[in-house]
Amino acid sequence: MAVIQVERKPLTFAERTYVPQIIAGLVTTWKHLVRRKDTLQYPEQRPAIPPGYRGVPTLVRDPNGREKCVSCQLCEFVCPPKAIRITPGEIPLDAPHAHVERAPQAFDIDMLRCIYCGMCQEVCPEEAIFLQQQYSMSGYTREEFVNNKARLYELGGTLPDQHFKWDKKKSAEERGNEH
Amino acid sequence: MIDFYLHLHPLVQGTLKGLAVICVIFPIAGVCSMAERKVSAWIQGRPGPNRAIVPWAAWIPFIGPFLQKLGVFHVMADGGKMLFKEDSLPGHVNKFYFVLAPIIAMMPALTTVTAVPFGAYLDEAGRVVPIALANVDIGLIAVFAVASLGVYSVILAGWASNSKYPFLGGVRASAQLISYELSMTLSVIPLFLWVNEPGREGTMGFARVVELQSNPGFWGGAWFVFVMPISAFIFMTALFAETNRQPFDMPESEADLVGGFHTEYGAFKWGLFFVAEYSHMLIGSGVFTLLFLGGWNPLPWIPLATLVDWLGVTSPILVGLLSIVIFVTKVLALIFFFMWIRWTVPRFRYDQVMEIGWKKLLPLSLLNLVAYAIGIAVIQS
Amino acid sequence: MNVVESMPPPPKPDLITVNIDGRDVAVPKGTNAIEAARLVGVDVPFYCYHPKLSVVGNCRMCLIEIGMPAVDPATKAPIMDPATGKQRINWIPRPQIGCATNASPGLHIRTNTPQIKDCREGVMEFLLINHPLDCPICDQAGECKLQEQATGYGRGYSRFIEQKVVKPKRTQLGPRVTLDDERCILCSRCIRFCKEIARDDVLGFIDRGSYSTLTCYPGKKLTNNYSLNTVDICPVGALTSTDFRFKMRVWFLKQTNSIDTESSVGANTVVWSREGIIYRITPRRNDEVNDTWMSDSGRELYKQVRSSDRLTAIRVNGIDSSLDVAVQAAAELIRASAGAVAVVGSGRSSVEEQFLTHKLAKLLQAPAGIVSRVGEGDGILISADRNPNVRGALVTGLIQGLPQPKLERLAAGIDAGTIRTVVAINEDLVAAGLTPAQLAKVAIVYLGTHVQPTTAAARVVIPTLTVFEKSGTFVNQQFRLQKFAKAVPGPAGASDDLVALSRLLAALGGGAIPSEINALWSLMAEEVPALKTIAFGRVPATGLQLDPAPWAGLPYVEGETLHYKPAP
Repeated sequence: MAVIQVERKPLTFAERTYVPQIIAGLVTTWKHLVRRKDTLQYPEQRPAIPPGYRGVPTLVRDPNGREKCVSCQLCEFVCPPKAIRITPGEIPLDAPHAHVERAPQAFDIDMLRCIYCGMCQEVCPEEAIFLQQQYSMSGYTREEFVNNKARLYELGGTLPDQHFKWDKKKSAEERGNEH
Repeated sequence: MIDFYLHLHPLVQGTLKGLAVICVIFPIAGVCSMAERKVSAWIQGRPGPNRAIVPWAAWIPFIGPFLQKLGVFHVMADGGKMLFKEDSLPGHVNKFYFVLAPIIAMMPALTTVTAVPFGAYLDEAGRVVPIALANVDIGLIAVFAVASLGVYSVILAGWASNSKYPFLGGVRASAQLISYELSMTLSVIPLFLWVNEPGREGTMGFARVVELQSNPGFWGGAWFVFVMPISAFIFMTALFAETNRQPFDMPESEADLVGGFHTEYGAFKWGLFFVAEYSHMLIGSGVFTLLFLGGWNPLPWIPLATLVDWLGVTSPILVGLLSIVIFVTKVLALIFFFMWIRWTVPRFRYDQVMEIGWKKLLPLSLLNLVAYAIGIAVIQS
Repeated sequence: MNVVESMPPPPKPDLITVNIDGRDVAVPKGTNAIEAARLVGVDVPFYCYHPKLSVVGNCRMCLIEIGMPAVDPATKAPIMDPATGKQRINWIPRPQIGCATNASPGLHIRTNTPQIKDCREGVMEFLLINHPLDCPICDQAGECKLQEQATGYGRGYSRFIEQKVVKPKRTQLGPRVTLDDERCILCSRCIRFCKEIARDDVLGFIDRGSYSTLTCYPGKKLTNNYSLNTVDICPVGALTSTDFRFKMRVWFLKQTNSIDTESSVGANTVVWSREGIIYRITPRRNDEVNDTWMSDSGRELYKQVRSSDRLTAIRVNGIDSSLDVAVQAAAELIRASAGAVAVVGSGRSSVEEQFLTHKLAKLLQAPAGIVSRVGEGDGILISADRNPNVRGALVTGLIQGLPQPKLERLAAGIDAGTIRTVVAINEDLVAAGLTPAQLAKVAIVYLGTHVQPTTAAARVVIPTLTVFEKSGTFVNQQFRLQKFAKAVPGPAGASDDLVALSRLLAALGGGAIPSEINALWSLMAEEVPALKTIAFGRVPATGLQLDPAPWAGLPYVEGETLHYKPAP
């Protein structure tokens, strides 16, 4: 790598006294002093969360109130810090969504491990897990930071669904084969 | 009431005066620390500490929230914390001197205050009488003499901490304070040459300095900052160095020395160093005001007596209060200037500090002294 | 390895040369094209083909191009290709299925032509037309042949806009198998398995075309003890194990080689576990023992690991204790009745444990025996001898003849007062014919895994590990030495059998005997003639055949099973 010798500009007398520079600096800081402050008064004022924000991972229901997660455990597999822990379970035959067959018995996300990477959302084949707008988690014990299934659905709420895949499946089942 | 006070035993009077000094300096130091935090915040585009509030204050409309925004309750909280937190004593220090250092820091800070007049009133004869705890004739000499003792606390703290960063801080402090005391003293000599005109009793007190800035006429009413700007500049620069304020806070220098001389200190002992630093600032600003900014005179060419005439105030107490307000306003403005400089100018390197002190300020102050000595000799002869 | 050399050499296969994708390879005559291609590292995808089942060729996935060297029909002289100077190849113009193509001399196979790729993609698309998008809820995901081939030959999107065929889901074919008919690709592996291997012909297709549906014959159920093999061989998620269904994803599971302990067949198995919990057991291919099959009953054995009657506390005289204290207490009991000690080993212990048991018996000059367990053999993979390792006890010298189901001599000894202390290793003495009154007369040192009547009577109880929690070897009915490995850690409180036995031996003055298995094996190789030159680390995954000749005359109870014929 070539070395470029740069001639250092000699300082003028005024510069060597530091005084003009200090005065210029004082002018600058004075402007800042009287300027409007940018600080957000956090708990009272909240920042606007942009769309696509990756907040706390949550589980969502479809507009019919069906829990979308089928406990395929892909998120558990893909999760880099192993924050997700799922116990799969079977939906009993007499349940309203028995045709889905599979649902999580337990679904825990350890927010002390979660790194908010969003890979769980990306990998989910059922569009059941979303990193939503919630960005603030706090608690007094480690246990409070493990979001269980009920808490995840409470945080997630309902999101619109474009496919209604399982509803279509059920209606096809009810219609039967045309032959 | 004043009579009652004057009839007390001189020792009791002294004790009361001492208590008064403590009761005034400590809160002012606390307020200064909060002011420092607020000024730094504003300069950095932040609102600064503004959350703490006590419930009863929250009930007062407007004023409560206003005080809260100013961070007033943070001062109380900080003070309380400073008082009640565990005052740890590291195991490796020289305990006696380690404890002694902050006490020594406080002594010159509280002592010099007594020699600084902070206001004036007019007696029956219409003469201006300065208000000071000890209106001594040696005024400035006393302040210089006692204030330079403050360096011992820094050196002692640095040495007693038995740790390399405090030690380096202490060494720097001693070198720096000695360097700048020279220029500081030399810079005020022309002023006192001018004050001690032939035919009058010689004085080193502040009263005569202020009096000279209150005379009628263009040169009579001009503050010394206009008459002797170079002296004022040197004095101000040296003042920064003497009070260990940025850009001359070599002894603390948290970037390279962790915390400098107070690295090993915590809790109230640490707090005392800061009270001392702020009182030094306070006294330095007071002295600068008296010497160069006209003391208790409201504006250049407008002495206190003229203002009192216009307002028609006659009561000595009211005049005294008015003068104190004017004086304190100037001092606070100077303290703000200290802070403003602190959050504007980066710290000098240590070699720069030494170069400025010895190679620039000292020759400049000598030249200044010679020039003004010749000038004063010419004018007065 | 003299044990192997002493075996008759295998018949030399009749090798012929075939050409696969331009490479010549020598294969036994009659090898089918898929296996031949596998030998040279060429993958031919398939669904319905299974090496241990008959070939039906109904999935059409293994299509390949084949050709034979051209000969003049009249003179049989080779026709040369002037361009290459080699014999011309007459390629069959349309693709053939690989599974039904057997190697013949000079056979040429192409598996990578555009035509073949088109064929495979076409087959995939047809298979996926009616296949539901169930992967998120399907237990086969991760080990599904359809998923695998779809990544290679699928198109990534569907051109099928019509309604998919609806078929029954969640059907119970039997007590252990659940069928999802929509996922079925009609490969008929399960039907062939039931007919050919399990000899229980219950499955078949009904309806035609897209509506073909797998079901049981009317009035029948898939109840045989081999039904879960249909789940293993199902290439998709149509047949699922009711026990394993929705329990855990296979990609989380760690696979550990193990041995089925339910009988002396010693079926090779894989134990699937995650974080110390076993989720399922599947068979492991061993063409000499169990092919690719195992019994349903053997798959449930993992449930004993976490059963509630597991022993987890070392107890001395009913008080919780430590291993050191328990070993000392046991040694004192044994020393106190020197000359009146009996050792009861077990046909369920590993070879290494039996070796240490034998050393213990020798040290104490105590009579040693094991208990036999005889059931009914099913002629497939469950033999009549329900101990997995009776031959191990013969090999190590723990026993000289075959064991009896009841410990009559021990009972007589106790009654006569000549036996005052019994060391029982993994055997329930009550089940072995001793009465509670007899147990009360003797001091019992018990090493075992589960709570039994004996544990209540024992003075010293040392909990030990199940086969899933330790490593070791068994010798099966063919005198085949087979390894099993530790799949999960043992429960807190349980000690390794080898550690407990070697400590006990050391406490009784038997010297320092290693409890680490490789070191122990070097000692065994020195002391056991039949195991000379064998090292534990070098026993192949499929086992090592020992020479059965020294014990040839014994009246073994086993009947014929899959790869075993009893001596006449």
